[in-house]
Amino acid sequence: MTTIPDEDSLDLHPASVPDYMQVPHMRALQLERLRSTVRRAYLHVELYRQRMDQRNVRPEDIRTLDDVIRLPFTVKADLRDSYPFGLFASPLQEVVRLHASSGTTGKPIVVAYTQHDLAVWTDAMVRTLAACGLGCGDIIQNAYGYGLFTGGLGAHYGAEALGATVVPISGGNTDRQIMVMKDFKVTAICCTPTYFLHLLDRAGEMGISIRELPLRVGVFGAEPWSDSMRSRIEAAGGIKAYDIYGLSEITGPGVGSECRCQAGLHIFEDHFFPEIIDPDSGQPVAEGEEGELVITTLSKHAMPMLRYRTRDISAFVPAPCHCGRTLRRIKRITRRSDDMFIIRGVNVFPSQVESALLAVEGTLPHYQIILRREGGLDQMEVHVEVTPAVFSDKVGALENLHNKLGQSLHQTLGLRVEVRLVAPQALKRSEGKAQRVIDQRNLA
Amino acid sequence: MKIHQLSLFLENKPSQLTEPCRLLADAGIDIRTLTLADTERFGILRLIVSDWEKGAHLLREAGYVVNVTEVVAVEVPDRPGGLAELLGSFENTGINIEYMYAFTFGHGDTAVLIFRFDNPDAAIERLKSVGISVLGSTEVYQRIEK
Repeated sequence: MTTIPDEDSLDLHPASVPDYMQVPHMRALQLERLRSTVRRAYLHVELYRQRMDQRNVRPEDIRTLDDVIRLPFTVKADLRDSYPFGLFASPLQEVVRLHASSGTTGKPIVVAYTQHDLAVWTDAMVRTLAACGLGCGDIIQNAYGYGLFTGGLGAHYGAEALGATVVPISGGNTDRQIMVMKDFKVTAICCTPTYFLHLLDRAGEMGISIRELPLRVGVFGAEPWSDSMRSRIEAAGGIKAYDIYGLSEITGPGVGSECRCQAGLHIFEDHFFPEIIDPDSGQPVAEGEEGELVITTLSKHAMPMLRYRTRDISAFVPAPCHCGRTLRRIKRITRRSDDMFIIRGVNVFPSQVESALLAVEGTLPHYQIILRREGGLDQMEVHVEVTPAVFSDKVGALENLHNKLGQSLHQTLGLRVEVRLVAPQALKRSEGKAQRVIDQRNLA
Repeated sequence: MKIHQLSLFLENKPSQLTEPCRLLADAGIDIRTLTLADTERFGILRLIVSDWEKGAHLLREAGYVVNVTEVVAVEVPDRPGGLAELLGSFENTGINIEYMYAFTFGHGDTAVLIFRFDNPDAAIERLKSVGISVLGSTEVYQRIEK
């Protein structure tokens, strides 16, 4: 039996109904949609047809959801190699929108939407915002960038369809963001978590306390962040901070979202089929174990994705959620398998550096990792901003802090790194994604 | 009587000292005395100023990490042995001096010492019991302005 959600059952948004679907019904729906997606991909996309033929798999071989593992993986490079329109499964006449992500290497990747795909995306974003406790009457400041990036328009159409009032301010111009937030009595903001930290800092400098404003919800995505960062944001901003998940290759924002339990992200499984695999072997991991998130789209027409390797590391949360949603949950993504860098033969994730700093200071300070090559040897420096909580008038206390940070990093990473305490505000705040790692090794 | 000292974190780079001093000067806040503790990696600027609350607020507004510490000011005769006598009074008391700095006034025959004790209240008790006068902030400023 489906658990009835308690307090928000009365104003349950109609779009959210599938969130509470009984599991066997959901699985049946997924299978039907998976088979139709695979058929479409096989018929209309040469790359998928070739790869399935190589593996000797025909669309009709997909008889159960478990058969998904017979399908080939798709990786980001496939989208780059087929630039711009090579993976489209719909004729261009039916494509009503194109988005592109800025590629870090060479060409960007292009994604396409039919009218139907936009409706699916909007549906997923309505359910995302509803899961974050938003609805008609909320004033949503959408500070995701508008344009080729999927964040801005994705959140925009979702918020409108939800019935909320949208302020399409886009990213940047921090002072104006703060003025609008205050004057329009904004109740929710959509942006990256680090940009919100930047807003908090700047508001403080302007003598405005965001805590005192009507703002009550933050819908944060587009970069990995941690629970300690959430506590800081919630305390300083006087808001509930929700993590949402999405990527352009799959649809944009709206693939998954936290609910008010803030205990993992529900995947909108009727549109997106999730798997967790071992990134090295490509095999599924045991339920609840950590691995790479792989997603197959179930509803997309213009650009179906078969088993797309997200490079995001997560795990399924096994138990059902207290919110009553029957959608499976994944753990917050705290790192990407390709965020990793290698220094002196050691694999390092920025999230490891974060946990080492957290272990010493209790809260996460602003930090930056600088990689240099000196005399043919790679050097790693971690710059840590001194906060009022750890600053002392005694030299010994600061030396002690410095040493503890160094030891904690050494222990966590298995690597000696140079720590430098820097003055507050010395590290540039990002307006978008935080630049945690500055790799100067190629320039040297 | 304890007085308030401001401490600032500074990076060990050229011209880090100028900006905070200028900020205080522009606001008409007088620096009574200061000391700079420096290491290879960073520095701590410690200041006794004419208006510590205003000074701390101003520096924090400008983005500095400011720590306000209670220190003890003591007047000692400016002659050989003056300091030694004072320090002697802390022998076997378990009171620890974290750091200290001194300034003289050029005219007059006393010097003022600023002490950072691990336990300032116990230290003040001890000083009073051996008859050494502890200065309040107004007295410190009066001494300087004399």
